[in-house]
Amino acid sequence: MEIIRPPVFTPQEADLAEGQLINSFYAQCTSQIPDPDRWLEEKLQRNLLLTTVDTAIAWARQRSIFPLMFGLACCAFEMIGMAASRFDVSRFGMDIFRWSPRQADLMIVAGTVTWKMAPAIRMVYDQMPEPKWVIAMGACAVSGGTFRESYSVVPGINHILPVDVYIPGCPPRPEGLIYGITQLHAKMIKGTIDNPNLSLK
Amino acid sequence: MTVAINCEETGKKLQEVFPGSVISTGKADIVVDANKLLEVAGYLKNTAGLDFDYLTFVTAVDFLDYMEIVYRLVSLKHNQSLILKTRCYDRENPVVPSVVSLWRAAYYQEREIFDLFGIKFDGHPDMRRLLLWEGFVGHPLRRDYL
Amino acid sequence: MTIRTEPFYLNIGPQHPSTHGVFRLRVTLDGEVVVGLEPIIGYLHRGIEKLAETRTYTQNIPFTDRLDYLSSMTNNLAYCMAVEKVGAVKVPERAEYLRIIFSEIMRISSHMMAVGFFLNDLGAMMTPVLYMWREREKIMDMFEMVCGQRLLYNYMRVGGVSQDLPEAFMPAVKKFLAEMPRYIDEYDQLLAQNEILLARSKGVGVLSRDTAIAIGASGPVLRASGVKWDIRKMDPYSIYDRFDFEVPTGDSGDCYDRYWVRMLEIRQSVRILEQAIAQIPAKGPICADVPQFFRPPRGEAYGYVEAPKGNIGFYIVSDGSIAPYRVHIYPPTLINITALQDMVMGWKVADLIIIFGSIDVVLGEIDR
Repeated sequence: MEIIRPPVFTPQEADLAEGQLINSFYAQCTSQIPDPDRWLEEKLQRNLLLTTVDTAIAWARQRSIFPLMFGLACCAFEMIGMAASRFDVSRFGMDIFRWSPRQADLMIVAGTVTWKMAPAIRMVYDQMPEPKWVIAMGACAVSGGTFRESYSVVPGINHILPVDVYIPGCPPRPEGLIYGITQLHAKMIKGTIDNPNLSLK
Repeated sequence: MTVAINCEETGKKLQEVFPGSVISTGKADIVVDANKLLEVAGYLKNTAGLDFDYLTFVTAVDFLDYMEIVYRLVSLKHNQSLILKTRCYDRENPVVPSVVSLWRAAYYQEREIFDLFGIKFDGHPDMRRLLLWEGFVGHPLRRDYL
Repeated sequence: MTIRTEPFYLNIGPQHPSTHGVFRLRVTLDGEVVVGLEPIIGYLHRGIEKLAETRTYTQNIPFTDRLDYLSSMTNNLAYCMAVEKVGAVKVPERAEYLRIIFSEIMRISSHMMAVGFFLNDLGAMMTPVLYMWREREKIMDMFEMVCGQRLLYNYMRVGGVSQDLPEAFMPAVKKFLAEMPRYIDEYDQLLAQNEILLARSKGVGVLSRDTAIAIGASGPVLRASGVKWDIRKMDPYSIYDRFDFEVPTGDSGDCYDRYWVRMLEIRQSVRILEQAIAQIPAKGPICADVPQFFRPPRGEAYGYVEAPKGNIGFYIVSDGSIAPYRVHIYPPTLINITALQDMVMGWKVADLIIIFGSIDVVLGEIDR
């Protein structure tokens, strides 16, 4: 079997090639490329931002999420730590943790979910208005965690609710939780007005 | 230093006052017959010199032939402790007298033992499941629960 | 004209801002005054006692972290002490000092959280919590230096501790202890004679001495009712008999006393820590030589410590195999709320919230 190796240049040959590239740039790029929005008037160019309605609304949704405080167990304290001054989540716009589900759009399920608590969680989820997202924080919410074989633990919150982002860890560090929230931002920006969760229906 | 009292002596004293109550005494515990449990417990609480007024834990252990209920009593005045045990041989319908009238500390712990082992406590004002939901089938902490 | 009134049943449900976890209360109200109360628990029951029968002794230590998740070190310590009593294992000297140092730092952190969330319930939104969180972040940095985790440490082992201290730890602790009295003075200046705190918590939710002993309360709840019972003095475990400290008690057993006893205990913990850091041997083994699959002889033992919330204890029955036959966890906070109805009777709903907050419960421990 013949092993194909890529050509290896000596340093002098690499320098010569780079010099030829720079010379060609110098010869060709003589005039300016016009701005993409040159078709607008000067005054409007300075004050308008052009985008689609979907992107604008998704951007507004992702930068001002109102999370619902749903701390059940130990992960709740890392969620509070994320909201405290060191890992400051209010720079992402998630300043106020709402207590009432009617005023929230993100439910961070932090902690072990048991079958006894499951109807209450479903009731709270149903009370949240659309559009809503769910983050499963911590190993217990993702899959049951260390307690998976127990007789009273739900093996993962996705047996009860649809989940958008899973954050593993036991408990995940506040930086990990913030990374999960940025992943949720990346998901939100792709949503449209009538399909914010990117679901199939 | 909380000293565990001398179980042999206390066992002998209990046997004098309530004949037939003490089944055995170990190094740190006294096993008492379930029918005489309330009288023995009342004696331990109210007698001067013993004064066991503080109940720490009540729990049950399932050895497959019998279920053993363990109480740990502490006397705050004399700084002594004692472990009292009683046994229950019936697995279908286990009943043991309740000590809630003597120590209110047993209120939630006896309900929990009923929930997880199925042992009913006779004389408890509110014998219901505590940790699991109404309608849960079985008693999880028994050794033959899968 | 006679007005007919009837009692009103209110459900303070499992998802609620002030219940410190998933705790449910069914309250009977006459107007705004509480006339009856029934706690309903079990929303976080994970079956730890059953799961512990299928794991080895060392594999159970992470389970014990998740009980009272705000003071994991003391839970670990109680479990390891119980297993050491069953197996007759002797812990080396340096390990004993390390255990005490971490237990006392944990006590400071847990009491600050208790006081912070108590004041949160009173209405001082998040300000006390965030002030105290500042110190707690320093404590969590210290823990992360030693065992790599911020919240659930899994640090103690049967026979000692799992890792030795890195070099940066001692200077960090000394700096923390030098600054701590100033921070406690700052909290006292803001809180101790605060009019709103005094008006809302003095005389509220009184737990009398006899009731406290009858229900088997322990920890600051018992000491605030006037009973001087602290296991570190009455039944010293580990090497607590080498340290010189006081046990603060309250006289009336109301919410203010429970808050004040916790603040005084933080000061005493600083005192114990200073002595422990001066006395710790510089070098030595940190764990006894215990095999990975530890088989203690047949028997049973009860190991208990003075945790920040009460006397947590583990009753372990061993049958000689690598897994325990039965592990029972004695939860101090479940016993402390036995008298909740007595404390709240006659007060209003707002007082119910702060009385419950002053007992300082953690649902992981109540439900196990």
